[in-house]
Amino acid sequence: MSVRTLPLLFLNLGGEMLYILDQRLRAQNIPGDKARKVLNDIISTMFNRKFMEELFKPQELYSKKALRTVYDRLAHASIMRLNQASMDKLYDLMTMAFKYQVLLCPRPKDVLLVTFNHLDAIKGFIRDSPTILHQVDETFQQLTEIYGGLSAGEFQLIRQTLLIFFQDLHIRVSIFLKDKVQNSNGRFVLPVSGPLPWGTKVPGLIRTFNNKGEEVRKVEFKHGGSYVAAPKEGSFELYGDRVLKLGTNMYSVNRPVETHMSGASENLAAQTQESIAPNPLAKEELNLLARLIGGMEIKKPSGPEPGFRLNLFTTDEEEEQAALTRPEELFYEVINIQATQDQQTNEELARIMGEFEILDQPRRSASKGDDLLAMMDEL
Amino acid sequence: MFRRERSIPLRGSAAALCNNLSVLQLPGRNLTHFGVVHGPSAQLLSAAPEGVPLAQRQLQAKEGAGVSPPLITQVHWCVLPFRVLLVLTSHRGIQMYESDGSVMVYWHALDAGDASLVQAVFARGIASSGHFICVGMWSGRVLVFDIPAKGPNIVLSEELAGHQTPVTDIATEPAQGQDCVADMVTADDSGLLCVWQSGPEFKLLTRIPGFGVPCPSVQLWQGTIAAGYGNGQVRLYEASTGTLHVQIDAHARAICALDLAPEVGKLLSAAEDTFVHIWKLSRSPEGGYIEVEHCHGECVPDTQVCGARFCDPAGSSFAVTGYDLAEILRFSSM
Repeated sequence: MSVRTLPLLFLNLGGEMLYILDQRLRAQNIPGDKARKVLNDIISTMFNRKFMEELFKPQELYSKKALRTVYDRLAHASIMRLNQASMDKLYDLMTMAFKYQVLLCPRPKDVLLVTFNHLDAIKGFIRDSPTILHQVDETFQQLTEIYGGLSAGEFQLIRQTLLIFFQDLHIRVSIFLKDKVQNSNGRFVLPVSGPLPWGTKVPGLIRTFNNKGEEVRKVEFKHGGSYVAAPKEGSFELYGDRVLKLGTNMYSVNRPVETHMSGASENLAAQTQESIAPNPLAKEELNLLARLIGGMEIKKPSGPEPGFRLNLFTTDEEEEQAALTRPEELFYEVINIQATQDQQTNEELARIMGEFEILDQPRRSASKGDDLLAMMDEL
Repeated sequence: MFRRERSIPLRGSAAALCNNLSVLQLPGRNLTHFGVVHGPSAQLLSAAPEGVPLAQRQLQAKEGAGVSPPLITQVHWCVLPFRVLLVLTSHRGIQMYESDGSVMVYWHALDAGDASLVQAVFARGIASSGHFICVGMWSGRVLVFDIPAKGPNIVLSEELAGHQTPVTDIATEPAQGQDCVADMVTADDSGLLCVWQSGPEFKLLTRIPGFGVPCPSVQLWQGTIAAGYGNGQVRLYEASTGTLHVQIDAHARAICALDLAPEVGKLLSAAEDTFVHIWKLSRSPEGGYIEVEHCHGECVPDTQVCGARFCDPAGSSFAVTGYDLAEILRFSSM
């Protein structure tokens, strides 16, 4: 499908990741400067120039699990650590949020406005760091240059590519369920009212013209929905009113991050089929992934700054429980780097990934039961 | 009025592609055949009138170089004078099968050259005209294949240049004497329509310019072109002249499928706004120009419709597929 999809997928999922981390950092009472450092480190890694260069090259999308590997690495670009269950939950929330935004996008082109909403919010997170701000603005320029000139048809292909990427993913998210934008079966609610896409007329009118092009008849019909015309088009400029709210931060202190895991049993057959099919392409994908992730420069923590563990669940017990009860078809099977050591590029990937393992804070034997706050007390 | 019938379960959900449903009903047999694209695979199934699936088959796009398995863009049955072929288009090429999908009789690989590095390369838009099968390309070209009455000796006979952007859909109708020379229409991503006369050499008759939105689906009926656009509009044109006769603000989101019931001149439009509408086309008694009347509107709640087809030539039943939905929804008139 479209070879221009990956940057949009990466940036929007990254934006959602930052919203969630920001909310969880607050919920866990991580001190402001520490939380800021985490977001700064992740954002500067995310918008690293070399990495962006790789990302913006025309290419096909990665598989879900390969992409998950990229976010694993990104989430650990700072002193914060997430265990498997929390990382799973983070990725679930990110993907469902962006799936919702793509599905509800009024026009295919508006996926760009969704991206700008994410970038605008990201700029808010790092407003005191001019260097990183500049990095984000550079990416904004790149987006405008590449996507500004694409036709409606090309955006339609991009949207279809994104939807195919998210196909059969029906994880229930409490914030969506509470807002009544998701049904209990995991499918999103598609409204039949509200503002129309920019450029679409309120449905319900049939106009007939004669051979000279003169209007000879005007008849109304009942469409069944109740829509209003779009007030104005969202701004595609560096600064401006995006109009569209999709892609803005939906989390706040009062609207915490929560998930329900639903076994997507109805699609079990399709999923299994995907996983048992032999995949001769996996190796090639690993090579590409190595190149992409190789562009991410993870700074080694300078000085003795201690790390901390972030929990996407309210308690450690919940987190542990989630790891045990996660439906099998939702396992991401994070890529096993060791299996392909023979290849040079994969060695590179293994090295990079290994590096980030070493960076991992040595986990204390009893850390599972430790309260995060207790860990902080030791500082 | 239409009533929801028992839906037909699919093994995999339908992919978010336009025209993602093909229906074949062979005269004299009480079976309806359905074809739906899941992504890297497509599913064919036949169902009895009560909706019980009988035979199922999965088809895959031929593998090639690339990171991910090639995605299928469309499946469509082509009813030719002497045989029925199933055509599958993908990001690798064009596959033609015997109608039940059992034997692949022809494979045409896409030759993208360097284009594949900077843009998506695919075939999309399938229709038959006489003993030809026409398939649209990402480049805007339309390939015309000459199909023998039997056997695999399929020949690429012509490449039609009329479009500059990817072809989206092709519609044809049997030529009806001298008045109806325009028997094929092709649509593209820019909304441009090209009207053709088929034959040993296809002739471009008219171009109907677009207006900045794609035209994902097009139909042809008795010299009338029905085109569905990305802004939710349906427009009806005189095929021979390209004159606009009817403009319907039909849907709130992009139209993804149109279909025609040729016996009665009913038009079906389906869109991402979850609605399917049925229209009746006719000629005005005075001026002879095309008129349209709204017959029925059906909401398929929370379903981004991606395919819709009438299931009989009289337009008394239709089937709908939706993105992410692992079933074919069926409706029939009460």
